[in-house]
Amino acid sequence: MREKKIYVLAILGTILMVATMYDILVVMPDEAQQGAIGKMLLVHVPAAFAAFTFYGVAVWNSIKFLIKKDFHADSLAVSNIEVAQVFTLINLVTGSLWGHIIWGIWWTWDFRLTSQFMCFMLYLGYLLMRPAVADATQRATMSAILAILAVADIPLVFFAIRLRDARMQHPSPVLETGKMDPSWWTPFLLMWLVYLLIGGALIMLRLRQETVRREMDSLRRELHAM
Amino acid sequence: MEANELYFFYGYSAAWIIVLAYVFMLVRRGRRIDSELTRLKSLVEDRER
Repeated sequence: MREKKIYVLAILGTILMVATMYDILVVMPDEAQQGAIGKMLLVHVPAAFAAFTFYGVAVWNSIKFLIKKDFHADSLAVSNIEVAQVFTLINLVTGSLWGHIIWGIWWTWDFRLTSQFMCFMLYLGYLLMRPAVADATQRATMSAILAILAVADIPLVFFAIRLRDARMQHPSPVLETGKMDPSWWTPFLLMWLVYLLIGGALIMLRLRQETVRREMDSLRRELHAM
Repeated sequence: MEANELYFFYGYSAAWIIVLAYVFMLVRRGRRIDSELTRLKSLVEDRER
């Protein structure tokens, strides 16, 4: 049943991805001021939104683990965080490529970029910490606490543009100031949906591995006790 | 192709290369975990006999 869901999500995501990419790459005109690179917004920002959605689900499950000690919630949290890291990386890489053309530099330590990089590093720490803790309950508890603490960085990423003065280089929030052309909203939202569908399939695949790992842990304990 | 278009192309390619690399990593890890599980199960069965 789970495998069927993975296939459905992956196929739907791929079909929608091909249609949306065709629209962005072939049909849509280039951005008036930035040219083709301006359309990077349609892959860069939805990637961040998808990552934040998955981090949100992970934090929700981390809280659930701390309250109910439900290991399935811990598995869901780690699966969501790992996939969110993939989309955070896409966001960082595409942003850097855009910056190379528009700013003439690959990276700058501005508040938005730094807070997003911090987000990536904090959750990378989460993923690297897990194999280092042998006891399953301790591992899940420590992971849940770290996931909840690290999420404090996300509002910083989101509001970074408003918190800083005019010296900062990152573009103003075009999504809220109405600077984005209304025709861009459809591909923008579709791209977010594509990431959510493909991300959902990846999370379910990762979740299966986490379930098998738990089974392996109990088998090892059984072997140890024999 | 000018740099503007080239980097736009790089960006879209990078996004899907990262996703594909992760899928590849997941599949490899899945295979490793499955074979480890089979090994552990047979070990438990052997000890039970």
